[in-house]
Amino acid sequence: MSENVYIVGAGIHPFGRTEERSGREQGVFAVRQALADAGLDWTDMECAYGGSAAAGSADIMVNELGLTSLPFTNVANGCATGGSALVAAQQAIASGMYDLALAVGFDKHPRGAFNAKPSDYGLPDWYGQTGMMLTTQFFALKIQRYMQLHGISRETLGRVAQKAFQNGALTPHAWRRSEIDLETIMNAPMINDPLTKFMFCAPAEGGVALILASEKKARELGALNNNGAAKIAHIAVRTRPPDSFEVFQPGVSVKEGGKPTVLASKAAFEGAGIGPDDIDVAQLQDTESGAEIMHMAENGFCKDGEQEEWLANGWSQRNGKLPINTDGGCLACGEPVGASGLRQVYENVEQLRGRAGERQVAGADGSGPKTGYSHVYGAPGLSAVAILER
Amino acid sequence: MGQKIDPELWSDDAQPHLMGGRLPSGEIVFPMPQGDAAKDVEPHKLSRTGRLWSWTTQGFLPKEPYEGPGSGPNEGPPDFVPFLIGYIELPGEVIVESRIVDANLEDLSLNMPMEFCLVPFNASHDTFAYRPSKEHTA
Repeated sequence: MSENVYIVGAGIHPFGRTEERSGREQGVFAVRQALADAGLDWTDMECAYGGSAAAGSADIMVNELGLTSLPFTNVANGCATGGSALVAAQQAIASGMYDLALAVGFDKHPRGAFNAKPSDYGLPDWYGQTGMMLTTQFFALKIQRYMQLHGISRETLGRVAQKAFQNGALTPHAWRRSEIDLETIMNAPMINDPLTKFMFCAPAEGGVALILASEKKARELGALNNNGAAKIAHIAVRTRPPDSFEVFQPGVSVKEGGKPTVLASKAAFEGAGIGPDDIDVAQLQDTESGAEIMHMAENGFCKDGEQEEWLANGWSQRNGKLPINTDGGCLACGEPVGASGLRQVYENVEQLRGRAGERQVAGADGSGPKTGYSHVYGAPGLSAVAILER
Repeated sequence: MGQKIDPELWSDDAQPHLMGGRLPSGEIVFPMPQGDAAKDVEPHKLSRTGRLWSWTTQGFLPKEPYEGPGSGPNEGPPDFVPFLIGYIELPGEVIVESRIVDANLEDLSLNMPMEFCLVPFNASHDTFAYRPSKEHTA
């Protein structure tokens, strides 16, 4: 890639339930906030990429934002919709074609667990008819085995959720904004053993918009001074390698395969020229408590099994050696699929610019974090990692 | 016995086998691929015994396209019957996702021996399952 790319504007519509706004209206809200943040007007935007999983096309937003004739590309990439929109916007600028690009993601899902149609995933009907095609089961099955192999306790799962709600309580855009004690989390109704109700995120609503700029434009806007921008060090998106274990798999290879998260993480670190020890704040996919645990190791931040010690010692809390999911993650924010990956990047942008308010983390030297890492994972086995720096 | 939930899912032998496929590379997959993906794939009778690879509970009524108890037109969550599911490693073949029967959650442990069986699924259909091996529990 040739040109440096900066995030100069960030906007978010609060996650949760907003009866009076459609998913796309929440996206428009986020775009307007991001424009104001960057000191730009909609007429300044040169291109846009965005989408949702269940709330319609993004390009219709021009009706509300203005008919400026800009090229607006719809992105429909399941759980990676936000991440793919970000990659497209980044490439548009890195290529030298544009100086300003928008990435936007939004969604609005009905209540309750996601339901999926087997044929959409190339699977036989019996898999859904017999009640085996639930994302929650996959996460429970993956962490159950991981706990047996690596000595992770149920209490550690509870501590991940406890931390999420502590952070969510301090985050204006979070859905769940009150703390929940460990005992309540542990004794809540079981969804899929070993995961209780409070250890799972819920489908939700929300919108996130990010404005990306070339170095020249970021300088013009004054965003390179006074923490006005976060630089994209590297983004990597990877689909699953052979023999991996993913969501919606009636059969798994007996050979131990690779993992899309491990591949995306390695590629992002290589591209950024830094390693896990250099990261000051991280947002990791936490569809449920176990996912955060396993993703800590898959992204290279600890070895398998060390999470037990990490959570017991609070190393992933806001004041720990690596704060993880500082806005409460999916557990406290809920999961509007199209917006979720961009929310993680939004949170890192706010943390790097020192604008995270009560949940601001201190960074290694007390002057705020200098690097931010975000990781999204979703069906049918794909991961996107973005590393930001200032 | 009810109808098979899928006519191709297991063999009709006296001792039925779950049906997988053997790829030209020799790799065994489950389920047997359909349509164009089935080209050059030989149907393969999977092992009736294996070891428990992972497991979980299903304690709430799944949404559509679930067709088990609780899913009928005049039914709802009170009619749902919780069940266990898991993955069974069939040695040298493939790890299959399966309903687990004749066991309680607390009976299950990593690598315990499991055996294939058929169970009623709803009023009209049967499905496949694995259960702790008889020799093991005896």
